[in-house]
Amino acid sequence: MKVLVPVKRVIDYNVKVRVKADQTGVDLANVKMSMNPFDEIAVEEAVRLKEKGKATEIVAISIGPQQASETIRTALAMGADRGILVKTDGDVEPLAVAKILKAIVDAEQPGLVITGKQAIDDDSNQTGQMLAALLGWGQGTFAHKLDLDQNAAKIEREIDGGLQTVEVKLPAVMTTDLRLNEPRYASLPNIMKAKKKPIEEKSPADYGVDVAPRLKVLKVAEPAKRGGGVKVKTVAELLDKLSEAGAI
Amino acid sequence: MTSLVLAEHDNKTLSDATAKTVTAAASVSAPVHVLVAGENCAAVAEAAAKIAGVEKVLVADDALYAHLVAETMETLILSIADKYDAILAPATTNGKNILPRVAAKLDVPQISEILKVVSPDTFERPIYAGNAIQTVQAPAGKKVITVRVTAFKAAGDGGSAAIEKIAAGSDPGTAKFAGEALSKSERPELTSAKIVVSGGRGLGSAENFKLIEKVADRLHAAVGASRAAVDAGYVPNDYQVGQTGKVVAPDLYLAVGISGAIQHLAGMKDSKIIAAINKDEEAPIFQVADFGLVADLFQALPEMDQELAKRGR
Repeated sequence: MKVLVPVKRVIDYNVKVRVKADQTGVDLANVKMSMNPFDEIAVEEAVRLKEKGKATEIVAISIGPQQASETIRTALAMGADRGILVKTDGDVEPLAVAKILKAIVDAEQPGLVITGKQAIDDDSNQTGQMLAALLGWGQGTFAHKLDLDQNAAKIEREIDGGLQTVEVKLPAVMTTDLRLNEPRYASLPNIMKAKKKPIEEKSPADYGVDVAPRLKVLKVAEPAKRGGGVKVKTVAELLDKLSEAGAI
Repeated sequence: MTSLVLAEHDNKTLSDATAKTVTAAASVSAPVHVLVAGENCAAVAEAAAKIAGVEKVLVADDALYAHLVAETMETLILSIADKYDAILAPATTNGKNILPRVAAKLDVPQISEILKVVSPDTFERPIYAGNAIQTVQAPAGKKVITVRVTAFKAAGDGGSAAIEKIAAGSDPGTAKFAGEALSKSERPELTSAKIVVSGGRGLGSAENFKLIEKVADRLHAAVGASRAAVDAGYVPNDYQVGQTGKVVAPDLYLAVGISGAIQHLAGMKDSKIIAAINKDEEAPIFQVADFGLVADLFQALPEMDQELAKRGR
């Protein structure tokens, strides 16, 4: 079974983002970029499927600027076999991403697509579900555990009340949650090997997808700041303060 | 011009996330209809009919909807989508699971987790774990929106909407419910509790987490946790507060042994009052806390338990 894993290049999760003074967006200049953490979990899951003999080939896809090829290289170093870079400038909305991915799925015919449940930049949490809908496939979102066989996947999901299991016919889309696995660090030999793995370059036009944003971003602003408060010395004093404030 | 709200419920009780979403929906496009999809969910439909501002409650009562499986919910919502200008759901795991499918099939962009309705086509939403707030304008046409319910007041009671049964949609047969393991708790629900007491990595074990629970019970509070505490297995996943877990905004959030990573702050910084107990005085949680106590939690929590008992809590 072939597995497709879309990976997104985002601001590293440790970076404190700064809003640009002109409120057009956040400052990306000289900021460390990394693979979206949920996508790392997706790559790891795919590599584990391959190690277990359940996946035969892993294709990592990124939609973004030229530098997104580095994100694909990271996936290749973790164990993906080849990459597809769909080059675009500017933000691509989840629906356009899903349309490009659908076109790639139509060409590649995978048995499973594993995406991160959300990207930590726009926090949309849409792409996997949109892709599944466009394909008419089943989905297992916010995956906690995957049990894959030839024709179906049992996916345990993290939901508001606890855990839920769905049985999804293959092919299907799965989106990863935090505790699905712990992604590996690529070893140096694997990083070297990844440099020789092929990355195909494409454009959205190759797939007939218009990536012009549909939503108009009018402004990006800093959230209201919370001022720091006071330090108290004892538990009793803390409770006094909370009583005074009407909180308890 | 009407909007449709997807009800959040467990077939018996209507979650107040629904009334909060109705508030958002009313400022996008009124009147508001509520869709209750479920199995044996008549009581939920009746509760939804009482929400002020709701004109009609549509009920799809069928075994197909017992667990709101996204694939079947997609066909159901699409079967009635023509009549609505806006389709909204609370940004619960159900809303997040279902609505993007609907948006994709309608070929419209979804607007996720809105915090504010600026005007019927313009919304504020958080990006980068709430470290930036984006104002977006939707194009003409149908709107598909998930709502961050902590940012909206619940619509009041006093409505008397008509309840109308609708036919079940088709079952695409691509996915089915196969079981669940829900956390059982006598405590208030995390996202709607007035007080939340949360523990982090500092607790050190599942056993020690009982210290948190004791204090929480004295305060009739819900119990939350940081990602680190969930990853370490001290508590189940549904306790997680943060960017990718639950977002809470109680009257009081007491963070114990939580350092305050931005991903955690994203889930609680809109709380009315934040109090923090941490032994590291440099912990970032103190930068957002109204009241901070630098102390060893293993002394502070039992002391708080006794002190609350003394005060009759």
